[in-house]
Amino acid sequence: MTITVGLLVNPVAGLGGAAGLAGSDGADVQRRAAQRGGVSHAAERATVALDGLRSMLSAHDAVLVVAPGVMGETIAAATGLDAAVLDVPVSTPTSAADTTRCATAFAAAGVDLMLFAGGDGTAADVARGCGERIPVLGIPSGVKMYSGCFAVNPRAAADIARHFLAGRAAASAVPTTEMVEVIDLDEDALRDGQVRPRLTASLRIPVAPTVQSRKAPTAANVAEQAAAVAAAAADLLADGVPTALGPGGTTQAVADRLGVPGTLLGVDVVRGGNCDGSDSAGGGRLLAEGASEPELYDWATRGPLRIMVSVIGGQGFLFGRGNQQFSPRVLGAVGAANIVILAPEAKLAALGGRPLLVDTGDADTDALLSGYRRILTGPGQWAVYRVGERTDQHSTDQHQGAI
Amino acid sequence: MTRLPVAPKPPLRRFHQARWDEPIVFELSTPGSRGIGVPEVDPAIGATIGDDATLPAAIRRENPPALPELAQPQVLRHYVRLSQENLGADFNIDVGQGTCTMKYSPKVNEVVIRDPRLYDTHPCQDPATAQGTLEIVHRLERMLAEISGMDAVSVQPAAGSAAIWANVSMIRAYHASRGEGEQRDEIITTIFSHPSNAACAKTAGYKVITLHPDEHGYPDLAALRAALSDRTAALLITNPEDTGIYNPRIAEFVAAVHEVGGLACYDQANANGILGITRARDAGFDLCHFNLHKTFSTPHACGGPAAGACGVTEALEPFLPGPVVVRDDDGTYRLDADRPQSIGKVSPFYGVIPNIVRAYTWIMTMGAEGLREVAEIAALNNNYLAQKILQIPGASMGYPETDARIEQIRYTWQELTEQTGISTEQIGWRAADFGVHYWSSHHPFVIPEPFTLEPTESYSRGELDEYAAIIAEVAREAREDPETVRTAPHRSTVHLTGHEDFDDPARWAVTWRAYLRKYPGAGVRS
Repeated sequence: MTITVGLLVNPVAGLGGAAGLAGSDGADVQRRAAQRGGVSHAAERATVALDGLRSMLSAHDAVLVVAPGVMGETIAAATGLDAAVLDVPVSTPTSAADTTRCATAFAAAGVDLMLFAGGDGTAADVARGCGERIPVLGIPSGVKMYSGCFAVNPRAAADIARHFLAGRAAASAVPTTEMVEVIDLDEDALRDGQVRPRLTASLRIPVAPTVQSRKAPTAANVAEQAAAVAAAAADLLADGVPTALGPGGTTQAVADRLGVPGTLLGVDVVRGGNCDGSDSAGGGRLLAEGASEPELYDWATRGPLRIMVSVIGGQGFLFGRGNQQFSPRVLGAVGAANIVILAPEAKLAALGGRPLLVDTGDADTDALLSGYRRILTGPGQWAVYRVGERTDQHSTDQHQGAI
Repeated sequence: MTRLPVAPKPPLRRFHQARWDEPIVFELSTPGSRGIGVPEVDPAIGATIGDDATLPAAIRRENPPALPELAQPQVLRHYVRLSQENLGADFNIDVGQGTCTMKYSPKVNEVVIRDPRLYDTHPCQDPATAQGTLEIVHRLERMLAEISGMDAVSVQPAAGSAAIWANVSMIRAYHASRGEGEQRDEIITTIFSHPSNAACAKTAGYKVITLHPDEHGYPDLAALRAALSDRTAALLITNPEDTGIYNPRIAEFVAAVHEVGGLACYDQANANGILGITRARDAGFDLCHFNLHKTFSTPHACGGPAAGACGVTEALEPFLPGPVVVRDDDGTYRLDADRPQSIGKVSPFYGVIPNIVRAYTWIMTMGAEGLREVAEIAALNNNYLAQKILQIPGASMGYPETDARIEQIRYTWQELTEQTGISTEQIGWRAADFGVHYWSSHHPFVIPEPFTLEPTESYSRGELDEYAAIIAEVAREAREDPETVRTAPHRSTVHLTGHEDFDDPARWAVTWRAYLRKYPGAGVRS
């Protein structure tokens, strides 16, 4: 039987990330993002995934079907892979409706698996088009990726797809799929500082251990622990070093503690309290609100800058999800020693032993951030936890002397 | 064929816990009731010292204490009823409270401690008149030194955590004596170590660094190396950890800590499976501790009084809590308080003497070979119970690819929870309906939906079978009748209670006075 693989790329996914706009949904935001120098990496990420599928496609005589134009066709052409193009009209610039229309067509064509490059907004548009009729898998390329349909990085997407399609081709073992929820945050509410996760739809994805889990709900005691972490973090900031606070509730709590307004899903540069003799609670200063990548690079190269980030829910991501403003050059200029990671113990425990993840898009930067790192878990307490690639490099033969 | 006139018993016992609806003792108070009728002052004495001069004025209360007023039989019934509303170690197959080593506390030891030569002594009397008690303290310390391999031991701490606290205090005093007290401000522990390690270090003002395990559940040597520095005061580590996994590279851990000038402190809360098999000193540790209520059979009571022991090398001996019991060449025992580097007292007087005597008696009745047999049977029982538990659909071990477990296992219901929505807490509440205690694990839940079973050496094969059958039955109910599990307990003293009440400090009333203050009028019985 012939295997067919679909590819759908949202060419504006992630546009608002490096521009500090907390998302890229809607034409107006996309225009503003482009003005602020925002760039989408969806095409490169889709290319990495396609490269990972190349040998599998030829080995099984599989057919690659792509969406028209910048939504797939031009990317496939650039990789030199033969591809059939969906016969669906696509507007210029592309819109959410195009994504939905293409997804509907892929379902009608009955592809064995459709890969799509985008974020939570794209996932919602895909679900609107194909529902649960065909298995799909997200190549992470958006700003927000809270949904459970994304692989941890483009290469992992290729690995899962390869494994899944090989199972289909062999028809020996029935490849299994599972339903996952598509979650999107209301971007307008986010810009107003409120997290309103919405469960928008569900999708069918191949079962694989490396698929990002849905962001875990926050229990009450986790919230208390987060407050303790924030208190400890605010104390660290008393040295007066300008600090870029990453997105998320934990870092927002740090800003609250310093008495400065913060952007929940953006990066704010702040200075801690106490350095001008004021009380440690409050007394902080907001130096830059919703900073973009170029602004952060400017801060990092002009003087010492500290980066403070928290762990993103059940996924364990530190960089590359929702905080693309921290680009490889920004992280390189700041240096690994000046990056403080915050996480309540319960959040680390919920990772089930999986390492914390970085996916900056640059292998050298990822390597620089990897290894055993101290995580601030509360006042006067740290955890030492592994940060790394999803594939475990840890030796497995060292415990053979166990009794 | 003749048939029994009654139906045969079902496979599981039809347990129902006593439910007395018993008020708290303050609410039972009847003004004027007395437990003891104190006789009037003898006229001859009264004539000599005056009628109301029973106590010197300086120690007489101006107002009588606000104690409940009850006669003896009411007091007896009250407390017997409360005792029936417990799932205590004396009548339940208490293997569900893993990490706590709920072994049998022999009743004969209660007879021993009631010997008036012990019972009627006072800690302030002249040591010359308490030679027997001091000899037992000294001999127990020497036996624990032999068991651990350490040079010196103190049984002064009044609990396991008090012993860990004493160890942390000695670590601090040791570094201070070398001029490194300020510099070495970090203590390292692991997430599966006894949580008292982190707690005691924190209480002593240390920064605490917690290591997470590797993917096989072992403490991670690479993580330790990443945490070590010239700021390291000590490593506080439990082995086997609360997962039941023994760290075979423990000597390398100790060596790595020594390389940076830190001390290595062995938490022996989980010593029951290694008695007579491994020793703290042989792995290079500088300090260790035991919970006498775990490994050495003294009763757990209800959070105490317990007894702990600290063991140290010669280098740390000057810092031991004081005074210490020493044996002079002529065989007499005395208390030596002239120890300038000692961290001082960590409990009133010289420790919890009844528990010290119980532990001493237990070791003497077991003998050296018996101690090793304890460890072997505890490990065998654990393996036997594991085979039973792992047959239950939905139950598995944390880190299943790591086979070796010593005396306990942290299991997981992850699969059952995913399939049924029933959590480990709910399984515990339902287990109470069958008359057994069940516990999950310390927080955070690193192993999802955990439960921790430690059968010790005290339970028979039949009892382990019964416990496993109860857990299997609750797991079956989770699939076939989840509502019964979700709404449990049904046959217990109390029904399902709301957790939110426990999460809100504003609603806590931990004393009668706080209760009256927070809930005016609540203490008045209509």
